[in-house]
Amino acid sequence: MRFLRASTAGIAVMTVLRIVSAGPGVTLQDGGRHGYLRFGVTAAGPMDPLAFATANAAAGAERDATAIEVSLGGVELAADTAVSVAIAGGAFRIEIDGRVLPHAAVATLEPGQKLAIRPGEAGAWCYVAVAGRLDVPKTLGSTATHTRSVLGGISGRALAAGDVLPLADPRILEPRLAALDVPWFAREGTAIRVVLGPQDDYFTEAAIAAFLAGPWTVSARSDRMAYLLEGARLAHGKGFNIVSDGIAFGAIQVPGEGLPVVLMADRQPTGGYPKIANVIGVDLGKLAQLRPGARISFAAVTIEQAVAARRAEALALSRPIAREPLVRSEFPSEFLLGVNLVDGVTADGTEEDARS
Amino acid sequence: MSSGQTVTYPRYLDAGEAALVVEFGDSADPAINAEVLALDSALLALEIEGVRETVPTYRSLMIHYDPLVLAREKLVEAVEQIEAAHPQTSEPKTLWTLPCCYEPEYAEDLYQIAELTKRAPERVVALHSGAIYRVYMYGFAPGFCYLGGVPDALKISRREKPRPPHPPNTVMLGGGLTLVATFSMPTGWYLIGRTPERMFAPAREPIFLVEVGDSLAFEPIDAATFASLEARAAAGEIVAKRKRLR
Repeated sequence: MRFLRASTAGIAVMTVLRIVSAGPGVTLQDGGRHGYLRFGVTAAGPMDPLAFATANAAAGAERDATAIEVSLGGVELAADTAVSVAIAGGAFRIEIDGRVLPHAAVATLEPGQKLAIRPGEAGAWCYVAVAGRLDVPKTLGSTATHTRSVLGGISGRALAAGDVLPLADPRILEPRLAALDVPWFAREGTAIRVVLGPQDDYFTEAAIAAFLAGPWTVSARSDRMAYLLEGARLAHGKGFNIVSDGIAFGAIQVPGEGLPVVLMADRQPTGGYPKIANVIGVDLGKLAQLRPGARISFAAVTIEQAVAARRAEALALSRPIAREPLVRSEFPSEFLLGVNLVDGVTADGTEEDARS
Repeated sequence: MSSGQTVTYPRYLDAGEAALVVEFGDSADPAINAEVLALDSALLALEIEGVRETVPTYRSLMIHYDPLVLAREKLVEAVEQIEAAHPQTSEPKTLWTLPCCYEPEYAEDLYQIAELTKRAPERVVALHSGAIYRVYMYGFAPGFCYLGGVPDALKISRREKPRPPHPPNTVMLGGGLTLVATFSMPTGWYLIGRTPERMFAPAREPIFLVEVGDSLAFEPIDAATFASLEARAAAGEIVAKRKRLR
């Protein structure tokens, strides 16, 4: 097995990443369990697909490689071998042995060090991708955790203190410690873009206008399956029961009580409530990163606009991610926020290693 | 659909920019479901680049696609071409007979169903196990299998409020349909029996027992038979009977 290496004593040992502590809702996710929706199997996968892809790209991992999705519960990790990780997502507080890192960073964990990721000033999900591979078994072709159907991850459950994740081909990235220049996390404004339908004809024009205008407040009962929205109830034009049909990521269904429910990564593959609109692909992560209490509205766009936004995002992701080596022991706040880092080195680390 | 307008099917609806819904009707009906499945197999046979995954349901096919690889109009065009050629709607290929225990311990809501349908519990069991069902779709959770063809006398609404969780592999009744529910969860359906068979078993081949469009029937078994079949099913054996129809 490739994750075996010779120890100094000459005995093969397994290199691992250890979960020192984990709050509720920290899971392993890969690109998702695709191909089985027709059998009732949820795809799962990352809540913020862009942040997940960014972390894996920065780690030099496969696009859909298994990463740790950190919830607001936070996590502490340790490795028994030196290994680099890339971290991206919401504005979490990231520390290695007390040293605070930027919100999007490459960090190298030495044996004995502890990486702590806790909720910061904004954001609900953060991804830890490894330079190497988390070697966990696949179920139905995927490692994505779906706790409701007990599939993926470790025994189909969220990560917990004491879990040991086999680490294959651990590598060290240069520079060992760097801020990532990821301007696409700016995600300004509170409007979430949607394409209306497929059952917008179940709502009156006034209800559609009220739906778009909001404002909606993200409910504290939201989770990986659905974000529940609170606000003024919407009126259905012709009832709230439809013959069950497919549900896409970001579908916004409106059950009988009239409050929209946005179906997220752990959604059921089919359902029987009318869906007024669907969040566009590039705004899924923006919505996912909102915490309970956040206020939003919706903006209707065309399919063409939604596809153009996807194309722009794919182009940005296809370029090497610039990195700014971290050498200072203290950073000004604008540095920690990851802004103005356009002069950083490129992902292949062509500039000198700034460690000294 | 504004009032009084006739809808022409199939309809093309968008679920965002990465999923197209092709709708053939607005009811759970075997003929409509057959059209959905005919499009599904014809489309999958074409292996169009950019089609990620399809989800057949009672009356529509959801096509998940990558809009950066396959433009919506190209996808609609492909579907229109398939429909213009009137794809063959195939008859069910397989009849599955699932053993089902209807004894009170395994059918907690049987007496309630008997009351609602104004029939003796024995009659309810005879009706439910005497019908041949069509597998309309999977949905909700892995292996949850939705069956049409419930005798009219057993067509009852779902509960107004969910009841506490049922055991795994429970057979349920509600909303004019019957359902095999693989996982334990609270439900708005009525519990009519339990099968030892696994509709979903990740370590078994096939992982999912039946195909959408198959026929399915239930065969009453007693508690002792349930116990022995349950042990065999737990060990990975398929305990349902399979009959090829063509």
